[in-house]
Amino acid sequence: MGEKLNISDLNKQLAEMDVKSLEGVTIEGDIELEIDAGAGGAGPLFAYYFGEEVAKVAVQLVNMAKAFGYPVESLLQPVAVAQAISPAPPELAAAAAVPAFKIPDTLASAKFSVGTDKTWKTQVQEVQLGATKAEGGSRGHVIKIGGEKAMPFFFDAAMPNRPVVTIDVFDMPIGMAKAVKMHYEDVMNDPADWAKKAVKEFKADMVTAHLISTDPLIKDTSAKEAVKVVEDVLQAVDVPIVIGGSGNPEKDVEVLSKACEVAQGERALIASASLNLDWEAIGKACVATDNVCLAWTQLEINSQKELNRKLMKVAGVPRDSIVMDPTTAALAYGMDFAYTNMERIRLGGLKGDEELNFPMSSGTTNAWGVREAWMINSPNKNDSPWGDRMLRGPIWEILTGFSLAMAGVDIFMMMNPISVAYLQEITQSLMGLVKAETPDTTNWISMEV
Amino acid sequence: MKETSPLNLYKFLPQTNCGECGEQTCMAFAAGLIARSRKIEECKPLFDEKNQKKYGKKLDQLKTVIAPEVALVYVGAGDQQLKVGGEDVMYRHQMTFFNKPPFAYDVTDAMNEADLVERVKLIDAWKKFYIGNWETVEMVAVRSVTGDAAKFAACVKKVMENTEKPLILCSFDPKVLKAGLEVSAAKRPLIYAATKENWKEVAQLAFDYKVPVTLSVPFDLDGLKGMALTFAEMGIKDLVLDPGTAPNGEKLQESLQNFIKLRRAAVEEGQKDFNYPVIALPINAWLTTKDPVRGAYWESVLAATFVIRGADIMIRHSMEPHSVMPDMHLRFNIYTDPRTPVQVKPGLYKVGNPTDDSPVFLTTNFALTYYTVESDLGSNNIDSYLLAVNTDGIGVQAAVAGGQITPAKIKDAFAEAGMDFEKTSHKSFILPGMAAKFSGELDDLYGYKVKALVGPEDSGRIPGWMEKQWPPKK
Repeated sequence: MGEKLNISDLNKQLAEMDVKSLEGVTIEGDIELEIDAGAGGAGPLFAYYFGEEVAKVAVQLVNMAKAFGYPVESLLQPVAVAQAISPAPPELAAAAAVPAFKIPDTLASAKFSVGTDKTWKTQVQEVQLGATKAEGGSRGHVIKIGGEKAMPFFFDAAMPNRPVVTIDVFDMPIGMAKAVKMHYEDVMNDPADWAKKAVKEFKADMVTAHLISTDPLIKDTSAKEAVKVVEDVLQAVDVPIVIGGSGNPEKDVEVLSKACEVAQGERALIASASLNLDWEAIGKACVATDNVCLAWTQLEINSQKELNRKLMKVAGVPRDSIVMDPTTAALAYGMDFAYTNMERIRLGGLKGDEELNFPMSSGTTNAWGVREAWMINSPNKNDSPWGDRMLRGPIWEILTGFSLAMAGVDIFMMMNPISVAYLQEITQSLMGLVKAETPDTTNWISMEV
Repeated sequence: MKETSPLNLYKFLPQTNCGECGEQTCMAFAAGLIARSRKIEECKPLFDEKNQKKYGKKLDQLKTVIAPEVALVYVGAGDQQLKVGGEDVMYRHQMTFFNKPPFAYDVTDAMNEADLVERVKLIDAWKKFYIGNWETVEMVAVRSVTGDAAKFAACVKKVMENTEKPLILCSFDPKVLKAGLEVSAAKRPLIYAATKENWKEVAQLAFDYKVPVTLSVPFDLDGLKGMALTFAEMGIKDLVLDPGTAPNGEKLQESLQNFIKLRRAAVEEGQKDFNYPVIALPINAWLTTKDPVRGAYWESVLAATFVIRGADIMIRHSMEPHSVMPDMHLRFNIYTDPRTPVQVKPGLYKVGNPTDDSPVFLTTNFALTYYTVESDLGSNNIDSYLLAVNTDGIGVQAAVAGGQITPAKIKDAFAEAGMDFEKTSHKSFILPGMAAKFSGELDDLYGYKVKALVGPEDSGRIPGWMEKQWPPKK
């Protein structure tokens, strides 16, 4: 195929040539004059400038021919020269300027290729959650998360482990959105039954025992009393578990340390160590009891690095026992911050930042705090109708989780069973794990829905 | 544009510091071009016809340098014209994503007139308030279900009578497309689509009617590229690529990977001959189910997939609130410019015309929180004071958990803003429900001279709260 040049390019190239030293130069290929006849078409003004450009090219070509020793003058009668350098009548130039629209006989054949991202050199740490009897725990099976060598679902490298879901179980009845509550009303007074229902009926990969009653402002349950719930949950289900505190920075240290003791050897995920509390005590409790430490920071990548570094260097938490929670801001409630923070963390880890290449966790249930997820009607009277909140809530949790799956989250803390099912289906589909016959997609135009 | 240094754009500018653009210097204008806050058209001398000898070449070069990595295609005409494509980065934090993919919701030529008009009006009027703006639907996609050219043209005409929004004309039959173009070409609709079978006729239509055209070669990027090269060769460059959107199975994985490949080829590898905007078809979810909830949810999930990774425009079906609302917010979040501040200035703000009897609310200086509360107060005509406490832009719930808002900080913030509770008739303020646990400590801090009332957990419930709790009982 010929090289494509527009007239300006050609003129520029010729002008830049030292025509005196063109010995041995050959011009190969066809020269194609491309004219952008898009906006405005070929008006008189265009024609004028076109003529001017052509004339310049002609002069350059004449000079070049002369340099080659061709007797140009013999061809150039005075009249012809005059015509070549003065603008042609507008309508004539315009007619010549627009190349005929020509449809080729066949489509061009082409080869598309694109490379992988060569900057992704470091693998995300793989972390095992849960431990079997043989490994010193009591779980029926273990779950591995992390281990990625590329951004989620990219073609650069297959994801070694699928994203997993842990369903929340609380140690006391709590207020929740109607669309969530309806699924747990029968088990809300019994964390063990709650855990069983989450695993058996709702296909949770894991369950989280939240010891919220320990909050001094709620029930102030003692650590010793509270961790009985952990024992109950470990008895009730044989999946790996997460253990969460109440979020009270003083009490959590005591509660989670005690929880580590009753979960000795289980590789439970302990939620969580943060810079606002005695992270060293929690980190060391995890190390001493062979549990995994969740490192929670608030939407700030440098804090995450600091906490991870401190957990490793000061508390001695091994690399294979750290998972990060960089904070989940829900869809429509700051999800952009959470998404980009996580995407940057994952990209940083892949590019070799060893303080960031750990698996990530998302508190996806934050979606239920967004008014669009639970409110019956819009407070703004001019909004289009919000529809049925029982349908709005689950999709809010699905999309909050799924967006962050695209940013690199490996483990999702969720509540609504419908949301759990969709999140698992889409993430596994994008990994190619869901076999299904794909319909002929060209039928969409004429389909009846 | 890959260029990051203003110096490298400055050299293409007139360098006269004439100030016509509003900047003091051409260098400042160059910096504005880098930040995408200025457009080259704003440099008037560069475009002045009488300057073309002097600046013509510079202008051409500048246009090439600042061209977006994903080509920009204009769809629609006039006020309603949409920018499709024009992206420069792979990940939003690298700069920002610029042109949110328009959502085109479908109608068909098989609908009876009443249903058609009703649906077009629904699409046209849909809106939702979010962070100071109204989110709306951008386009209507007209599908040829009957295959009848006259019916299609009549349908397109009827749609245009009921909305100004730009259209996508959808048919694989050139005769049908032509009939649609006859009545709508002036509005510059996007046509869908040229295929390996009909591409010659569709190319002729794109040329004759001067409209952007979609090239559809599903699951075959070599074939798609070949068609794009062929169209470019013919001089048709307002192209949109359809690499195929599979709604399920392993082909769905392939679909996402193709979108990622196309975006990477355009943005990271600078493949200029194949950098056109890409269309996704979340509507294909409906090829797998008739269940209304399943279909709407799955369509939303597919839309999210391609909004996040690489779609520049998409065709949708479900107008159910539980599909449109979450997708609108997701798109808004992903396309929010991460460079713009998301905090409001801490301090005391007035909503409406507050008096000494008006309630005093407080929230954080996270822009989303602040504007939400302000809108809930304002749209319900609640004259009030609203304190934005500096939490470094963190929302109430997270700030309570993280210590960015504490009783002491609230008291300091009121003091700094010059709030004199003695002047109020009620001597109180209203805490966000999410910060309820601070009320006791605040009462202590104020020595019981000012009462910390506990408001609702969501500011949308303030009107109901006011009815029951305001003014406070003595």
